[in-house]
Amino acid sequence: MTIKVCVPRDATALSLGADATARAIAAECQRLRQPVQVVRTSSRGLFWLEPFVEVETPQGRVGYGPVEAEDVPGLFAAGFLQGSAHQLAQGNVDAIPFLARQERLCFARAGLTDPLSLAEYEAHRGLRGLRNALGMSPAAVVEEVVDSGLRGRGGAGFPTGIKWRTVAGALGTPKYVVVNADEGDSGTYSDRMVMEGDPFVLLEGMAIAGYATGASYGYVYLRSEYPHAARVLNQAIATLRAADWYGASIQGSGFAFDAEVRIGAGAYICGEETALLESLEGKRGMIRYKPPLPAIKGLFGQPTVVNNVVSLASVPIILDRGGKYYADFGMGRSRGTLPIQLAGNVKRAGLVEKAFGVTLRELIEDYGGGTRSGRPVRAVQVGGPLGAYFDQSLLDLPLDYEALAAKKGMVGHGGIVVFDDTVDMAEQARYAMEFCAVESCGKCTPCRIGSTRGRELIEKIVRGENVARNHRQLLALCDVMENASLCALGGMAPWPVLSALQYFPGDFGLPAGKEPAHVV
Amino acid sequence: MWSELRNLREGVDLGTPPRDGAAVSLTVDGKPVTAPAGSSVMVAAALARCPVPKLCATDTLEAFGSCRMCLVEIQGRKGFPAACTTLVEPGMVVTTQTARLQELRKGVLELYLSDFPAGDVPGGWSELHETMQQTGVTTHPYVAGENHLQAAVDASNPYFLFDPTKCIVCSRCVRACEDIQGTFALTIEGRGFQSKVVASQGECFLDSECVSCGACVQACPTHSLVEKSLFEGGEYRAQSPQA
Repeated sequence: MTIKVCVPRDATALSLGADATARAIAAECQRLRQPVQVVRTSSRGLFWLEPFVEVETPQGRVGYGPVEAEDVPGLFAAGFLQGSAHQLAQGNVDAIPFLARQERLCFARAGLTDPLSLAEYEAHRGLRGLRNALGMSPAAVVEEVVDSGLRGRGGAGFPTGIKWRTVAGALGTPKYVVVNADEGDSGTYSDRMVMEGDPFVLLEGMAIAGYATGASYGYVYLRSEYPHAARVLNQAIATLRAADWYGASIQGSGFAFDAEVRIGAGAYICGEETALLESLEGKRGMIRYKPPLPAIKGLFGQPTVVNNVVSLASVPIILDRGGKYYADFGMGRSRGTLPIQLAGNVKRAGLVEKAFGVTLRELIEDYGGGTRSGRPVRAVQVGGPLGAYFDQSLLDLPLDYEALAAKKGMVGHGGIVVFDDTVDMAEQARYAMEFCAVESCGKCTPCRIGSTRGRELIEKIVRGENVARNHRQLLALCDVMENASLCALGGMAPWPVLSALQYFPGDFGLPAGKEPAHVV
Repeated sequence: MWSELRNLREGVDLGTPPRDGAAVSLTVDGKPVTAPAGSSVMVAAALARCPVPKLCATDTLEAFGSCRMCLVEIQGRKGFPAACTTLVEPGMVVTTQTARLQELRKGVLELYLSDFPAGDVPGGWSELHETMQQTGVTTHPYVAGENHLQAAVDASNPYFLFDPTKCIVCSRCVRACEDIQGTFALTIEGRGFQSKVVASQGECFLDSECVSCGACVQACPTHSLVEKSLFEGGEYRAQSPQA
C-alpha cells in the first residue's frame, strides 16, 4: 500500500528547507523501494516545527518536526512511515495541544490539502458556500454575512456585510471586488498562509462577494514580497476557470465572475485601501480622502468592495454553515474567529485561530510557550507596527475589538509580536516614527514631516537633551499627528510611541508616572 | 523680496471649484449661509466670510486634502474633518474657530515652518505668509532637524525659477500641470519626508516636458515657483500697487 507523506510548500517551510526535506524523503523511498506518495500540502502554521512532515497512518496523521534533509534516513530507520517513535516525533497531529485547542474555521484545511487540488478542496467542504449563495438572492447573501457579524480582518474592523450592502446599493456598472493582499504589518502572515495554502477559499469568497454586490470582476492586490502566493493564485484561478467555477456563467447560473492578480511595488501604504486603489489604477500609491467611500466610488471611480484576504476567506464557511454558526463564536461585538499570528520572541511561533475573547496571556504563554529566550515577557505589540505596546499588566485583556480599543490598542490584522526584558522601548518608539517616515505616502503634512520630527525628538530625549521640553513637544506632535493626519498611518504612528512612553518611561530616561502620556 | 510681491492677487480664492447644485443651507460659526450642493464646507465658510486657513486648496483645482490646515469641527461628527474635502449638507453646523482647532493648525504650520527658510518668513507675501498671518504662527519649536534647506534652485527655465527650499509639497503645481494644462510634466518623487516635486524624470525644468505655460507658477502658494521678471525690475513690478 502506498503511504502518503505530507511536506508543506508554505514559504515559511520552504525557507527552512522543506524542498530539500521532500527530496530527501523521495530519494530515501526510492533507495528502500518503498511505495510512498510525497504530497506538498499547506502548512499547519506550527512554524517552530517546520519543516513539519506528516505521515498518514491507520491511526491518523503522525507529525515529525522540524525535519531537515539529514534527519530523513534516521527517520526511515526508526520506522516513521508507520508513525513510530523518534526524537522528532510529535505524535498524532490532531492531538498536538497547540492545534487541538484552536477553533479553525477560516483555516479548516490548513495542512490537510494540496493547495491546488480542487478535488481535495471540494472534499473538505470547499465550494459549498458559493453553491449555496448561487441558490439565494444576492440580498439574502449580503444579509447572511451581516448576520455573521464578520468584521474586516485587515485592521479597521468595519462590518463586512454592511460594506457589501453599500456596494450592492450603489449605482454604477461595472462594480469590482478588490482583495487587499498587501499584508505589510510586522509579524503577520495569515493572508500569505491563505493564499499559498488554500487559494480556492479566497477565490470562492471573492465570487460570493461579487454575486452579493453585483460585481463581476475581481483583483487581488498582492504584495511583491509574496511570489509563491502569486504563482499559487494564478494557477488556482486557471483551475477554477477550467472547472467552470470562474467565467462567463458559473456552473450555468448566469452569474459571471473572473479575477486576476496584480503585484504591488513594495509600499506599506498601499495596504491602505485608497492608496491601494490608486496603485491598482497604475498611479503613485497616495491616499485619497474619504468620503467618497470606495464602496461608492472606488476602483476607476466605480463601486468597489475592498476586503482583506482573511475577511473574504471567512465568507465561504459563513455561506456554507450559516451566519449564525459563525456568529456563535466570539464575544461582544467581535464575532467569529480570528487567525492570530504569534511572532517575535516567542517559543512556539505560529498561527492560532481562536474565537474572539482569548486573552493575550493565554496566547503568549499557553500557545506561544513564553519567550524563546526564556527571559520574562516585557512588552507585546498587538496589531502591527501602528499598534500600541502593552506591558505585563495588560496581558489579561481579551482579544476583542472594543476591549483593545479601550486601552488605545487594536486587534489590527491579528499579529502579536512578543519582546523579552532586554528590549529597549525607547528604540522601539523611535523605530515607530522612523517606520512612518519611511512608509508615509508623503501627502499630508503631519505624517510627511511629523514622523521625521518625532524620530528626532525621541533621539534627543534619549540623548538627554532638554528632556522635559522635548518630551512636551513630542506629546504635542503626537496629538497633531493623531488628529490632523489624512489617514491611519500618520494618525496611528503615535500609538506605539505614546504607549511606550506610558508603560516604559524609564527607557526614555523619564521619571515614572509623571504625567499621562495620552493627550486627549 | 517678498514685499515686492505684496497684494498682487485680487479677489477671494474660495478654495475649491464652484458647483451649480441646488442651494444647501447650513451655518458656519453661527452664521446662516447657503452654498450650491456639491460645494465644500470651505466654500461655504468663505461665503459666510469666515475663511478657513488653507495651503493645498485653491478654487482652480479640485480638493486634495493634504495640507491639514483647514480642519474644522462639525456638529455630530467625530474628529476634525478637512473643510476642503467635506461637502456641505443641509442643516450642517460648522465651527471654524476654536482653541482646539487653533492648537492643531498651529501644530501643522509649525511642521511646515520647521522645513522652511527662516529668513524668508518676515516681510514676505505669499499664501503661506497669508496663512501665517491668519493663524498667528511664524515660528516653530523644532531645533536643527533634517531639512531640505540646502536644495539647489532650478533656474533653467527662462521665465520662472523653482526654489525647492520654499516648497511645501502641496502638489498644487503637479495638479495644475495635470488638470489645467494637461502636460503631466511634474510629479512627486520619493516617499515620506523625501517626497519632492520633480520635473519629468528628475530633470531640470528646461529639459523636462514642461511647456512653460506657467500654470504651476500661478498655483504655487509659497513662491517656490516664481516668475523671474518679478526680481528683474520688469514691467510687472512697476504695475504693483506697492511700487
